[in-house]
Amino acid sequence: MALQTNQAVNVSSTTRPVGKTQAGGGLFAHLWLHILLSLGAILMVIPFIWMISTSFKELAQVFVYPPEWIPEPFIWENYPKAFTAVPFARWFLNSLFIGLFVTLGQLLTCSLAGFTFARMRFPGRNALFLLYLGTMMIPHHVTIIPVFVMMNALGLVDTFWPLIIPALVSAWGTFLFRQYFLTMPQELEDAAKIDGCSFFRIYSQIFMPLSKPILATLGVFTFMGSWNDFLGPLIFLQSKDNKTLPIGLLQFRADFQGMSNWPVMMAGVVISVLPVLIAFVIGQKYFVRGIALTGIKG
Amino acid sequence: MHRMFSFSRLRWEEAGWAYIFLLPNLLLFSLFTVYPVLASFFYSLNKWTLHSPMEFLGLANYRALIQDPIFLKVFGNTLYYTAGVIPFQTALALLIALGLNQRIRFMVGYRALYFLPVVTSMVAVSIVWQWMYQPQYGVINSLLRIVGIEGPNWLFSKGWAMPSVIAMSIWKNVGYSVVLYLAALQSVPESFYESAMIDGANSWDKFWHITLPIISPTTFFIIVLSVIGSFQAFDQIYVLTQGGPARSTSVIVHYLYENGFQWFNMGYAAAIAYVLFALLFILTIIQWTQRARWVYGEE
Repeated sequence: MALQTNQAVNVSSTTRPVGKTQAGGGLFAHLWLHILLSLGAILMVIPFIWMISTSFKELAQVFVYPPEWIPEPFIWENYPKAFTAVPFARWFLNSLFIGLFVTLGQLLTCSLAGFTFARMRFPGRNALFLLYLGTMMIPHHVTIIPVFVMMNALGLVDTFWPLIIPALVSAWGTFLFRQYFLTMPQELEDAAKIDGCSFFRIYSQIFMPLSKPILATLGVFTFMGSWNDFLGPLIFLQSKDNKTLPIGLLQFRADFQGMSNWPVMMAGVVISVLPVLIAFVIGQKYFVRGIALTGIKG
Repeated sequence: MHRMFSFSRLRWEEAGWAYIFLLPNLLLFSLFTVYPVLASFFYSLNKWTLHSPMEFLGLANYRALIQDPIFLKVFGNTLYYTAGVIPFQTALALLIALGLNQRIRFMVGYRALYFLPVVTSMVAVSIVWQWMYQPQYGVINSLLRIVGIEGPNWLFSKGWAMPSVIAMSIWKNVGYSVVLYLAALQSVPESFYESAMIDGANSWDKFWHITLPIISPTTFFIIVLSVIGSFQAFDQIYVLTQGGPARSTSVIVHYLYENGFQWFNMGYAAAIAYVLFALLFILTIIQWTQRARWVYGEE
């Protein structure tokens, strides 16, 4: 299992940009392929286009047949309407706060534990690591009930802490860091030890600076998971001001659906998905690499 | 003698630091993973509604579950959902990845478009699809009307609600499998194809006798992941249909959510969680024992 994960890491970091050995042909040789792939791509983006298009319509235009893809007239008013009807800015900040807290915490605890499992010797190491591995296949739903009971007893329901504290650690992240640190050459560590470096300095000043790719990848995925999480906030957050974007959207829908005000609803959805879409366009390679990393072929 | 002593002192020092480094991780891990897994099992042996005292039942919750017609219904729906998603999603992903792997231009751009729904929140896309599925003015029925078909009331029809949920879920998740397949296809050694060409193999032969066997571990992995994911489907169902109409789209996790967090039947909900756990465990075992049968080179 360990070996294959290292392979996955290597594959992802050496994935070649396509076209290195490309021998001419170009656009025309693949014309049919491009037509098919474009058709597929259009199917993939239609929902997004429909969402954006609706968000710029007047309510009356929604009921026009056949539907217009480019709204005429083209109006902006749905955006301020959505933004003021519900506390979107607040929800956005809530999601951001939880996401950043969880991501930074997880990178810290997982990298330190991963380093310890990979690079230090201590009694019980293998048994403990097996325990971490064993919990990776347990569905989240098994643990969420006792966590709810616990948080309820502590009076922490309807605060951010039930979404943050349990998520500061992940077995998967610990596992990834361990595998990554295992691949680093022993000489790195030996030289530092001879110079009298403590283990903590070896971790923080030698191993961590070399872990930027995996920090970025795990960071992107942890943040995205937290940002898009639904069941957790649905269970733990109740008051309007405490909501995160996904469950805020549900509240927003409840406010506008009765009126079938699809344009305002779509404007709200656009506002909520825009940050992730921008992040994706900028950091596509980290998303893709993250997927390849989950390709632990067991 | 002195060297021995200092060596073992160093060993203990190393172990001491190791435990200190592990402490934050281990503490949270024990509190929020290990303890809940055990507590959940204990809850499942009790009748408990959070506000009443616990009442020990033994395995009665589990016995009640296998006789609970709603549980059997949501279990069936979960199988239906899984069976609807896996073959189409996997086949589509393979087709798209094969297309993208032909060293074409704009590959990164195409890949981005196919991947776009994966990064978007399930709640957001579900609301968009709810609008698309809207019977009178939604874009799907409007387009169908152009070719003279009067589309059904997708999400409110007992027969169509589940296929509608399945179609949206495939759209949402297919990009994930595409990226996995693409990485696998890119690692197939070029020399295999070259020697096949010399032997006069056509594209179909190459696909059937080289590509497919070599990427079979990835296919296996994608199916395992998708099955596990499908058994835990919840977000899109909660947003699109709330399990309706008439429970036709209610799945295991939806029923778990209702029991645990709407009716506060903590014991019963924990039993459902453990049944889900057991199902996933059995599925994983079955898939692993069957692995050698169709993963190339592992007989």
